[in-house]
Amino acid sequence: MAATTNRTLRVTYGIGSWLVTVAITLIGLAALTFFIGRVVPIDPVLRIVGEKATQDVYHRVYLELGLDQPLYVQFWRYISGVLRGDFGISFQTTRPVLKDLFDYFPATLELSTLGLIVGVVAGVPMGVAGAYWHEKWPDHLTRVVGLVGYSVPIFWLSLVGLYVFYYRLGWVAGPGQIDVFYNGIVTHVTGSILIDALTQGQFDVFWNAIGHITLPAILLGYYSLAYISRMTRSVMLDQLSREYILTARLKGASELRVVMDHALRNAAIPLVTIIALSYGGLLEGSVLVETIFSWPGIGNYIYQSLFAADMNAVLGGTLLVGAVYVLINSVSDVLYRTLDPRAREGSR
Amino acid sequence: MSIADPVDDPRRALRAARLAEIKLFTQRFLRNPLGVLGLIIVALLIFVAIFAPLLATHDPYLPQLTKRLSAPSTEFWFGADELGRDIYSRLLYGSRLTLLIVGLVVVTSAPVGLIIGAVSGTVGGWLDAIFMRITDVFLAIPKLLLALAFVAALGPGIVNAALAITLTAWPPYARLARAEALVVRNSDYVNAVRLAGASEWRIIIFHIIPMCLNSVIVRVTFDMAGIILIAAGLGFIGLGAQPPLPEWGAMISTGRKYIFDQWWVATVPGFAIFIVSLGFNLLGDAVRDLLDPHLRQRR
Repeated sequence: MAATTNRTLRVTYGIGSWLVTVAITLIGLAALTFFIGRVVPIDPVLRIVGEKATQDVYHRVYLELGLDQPLYVQFWRYISGVLRGDFGISFQTTRPVLKDLFDYFPATLELSTLGLIVGVVAGVPMGVAGAYWHEKWPDHLTRVVGLVGYSVPIFWLSLVGLYVFYYRLGWVAGPGQIDVFYNGIVTHVTGSILIDALTQGQFDVFWNAIGHITLPAILLGYYSLAYISRMTRSVMLDQLSREYILTARLKGASELRVVMDHALRNAAIPLVTIIALSYGGLLEGSVLVETIFSWPGIGNYIYQSLFAADMNAVLGGTLLVGAVYVLINSVSDVLYRTLDPRAREGSR
Repeated sequence: MSIADPVDDPRRALRAARLAEIKLFTQRFLRNPLGVLGLIIVALLIFVAIFAPLLATHDPYLPQLTKRLSAPSTEFWFGADELGRDIYSRLLYGSRLTLLIVGLVVVTSAPVGLIIGAVSGTVGGWLDAIFMRITDVFLAIPKLLLALAFVAALGPGIVNAALAITLTAWPPYARLARAEALVVRNSDYVNAVRLAGASEWRIIIFHIIPMCLNSVIVRVTFDMAGIILIAAGLGFIGLGAQPPLPEWGAMISTGRKYIFDQWWVATVPGFAIFIVSLGFNLLGDAVRDLLDPHLRQRR
């Protein structure tokens, strides 16, 4: 009985401190974006009223924006606005930034999720093979593929990919989510064109969209594959050198069983963290890839807004991606603790 | 001088030991062919940056509109760009900008992170908690995105781009330095110095920071490739070096329009970025294998 309450208490405390950490990080994130917004050399009033406005109009807007208030009041307003989902108005689209973000985010999510699938499906086996045949050719191959992935500028690889696979070979469709003449056939429900097309039975739209998403997804996938295969390799190397592997082999377990059932099972827990981390990295990589493939996602939105000097939109987008990144990281942290019995029953 | 000098002798021994260590380090480094390749690439980059005016065949800024977008030939080894400028010569001069950005970022972010981390780890308590929270916030945002937001706020330009990357690059160093500082802050030698009456600052600067240097240096060599890629990304987006500067990322950006018909304009600078960052990655790998105190202990 006492043990149970103790345990509940500990779990509650754990969840509580986790929530506090996440909350502090998110508030810090908002503070950071607020700070960046304040040092911008663009005068937000001029941006609204224009160069030729009279002093009177200028002053009124200045007061309306609350720029006469002390910084902490402004910060409080900003934070409470963000908490209510008010990221301000985008000057460029003249719509609330949050609305824009909702429109653009699903496309990013779609692209980076597919990228992650590519990265995991290709990266984990590569890492396992690299660790199993340590210092043999699969290992060297894994390392070369990983090194190249770490070193290549993704925007350049995207351009080269477009040139080779779209222009030269014609294997994939060009930039954009779908061909122009398929535009508007599928109603916008989830925002993910693949899911929308499938659920509405528009299979030709679906296949067209597949043709468009393949190349950016593979490129993004390669970007995460470099990281995933490298980390998988080092985790598996560590596991394969443990004594329980020797025991399993002595017992006569087949090599496949040793690698898949024993080593990989134990490597799975750190792999969850690695994969979650690379998902965050994909959100970052998608900024550059999206601009090249004219993908209507958050990255492209931020990119367009940068050039319109639309700071509300830039900061809103940054805040959103940052928040998603924080959440993914902390969820992976929780997963790690719940999956690993040692961390669960550990001293803390 | 046959009588051994009581001061000089230990010094000589120390020097000999250092020399032996360097020799061993070099020997072990040379045994790693990939690391040597990385070193060669980086050395080549530095060489090219220094001797760019001698190696260049054209003025990197001089447009020749009649020759615009010419294909690679004996006159233009890597072709000419949209203003008829020689891409090969621009690449050579661009290596200076790459080195400039990497240098600026490293000399600013590493010391900042080192000091914040060392102070945080040594002093502990509230200061530590606050510093580490701030570090966490910075670590929580994707680097490129944060750099984008910073440079959008600061305004485009090569120095601002470097500054923005610095602002995103220091947290890992702070983390590392803090971890090392936590280990040594209560060690006997630090306590001995403390007993001798050294101030906290003196302890941090002369006795803690030197202990953190190794892991920070490893991390720096490792991060250089990432810095190059982010700088190129900023240049590509148009927030880094401004035209007519031959920054590689910006060169890809202008060549983007011609990717289908004049592929060399965009692809050649990309190769340069790729090779240089590959070089730094290989070098970083090798240096980590040799220097990382944690890896070294395991052997």
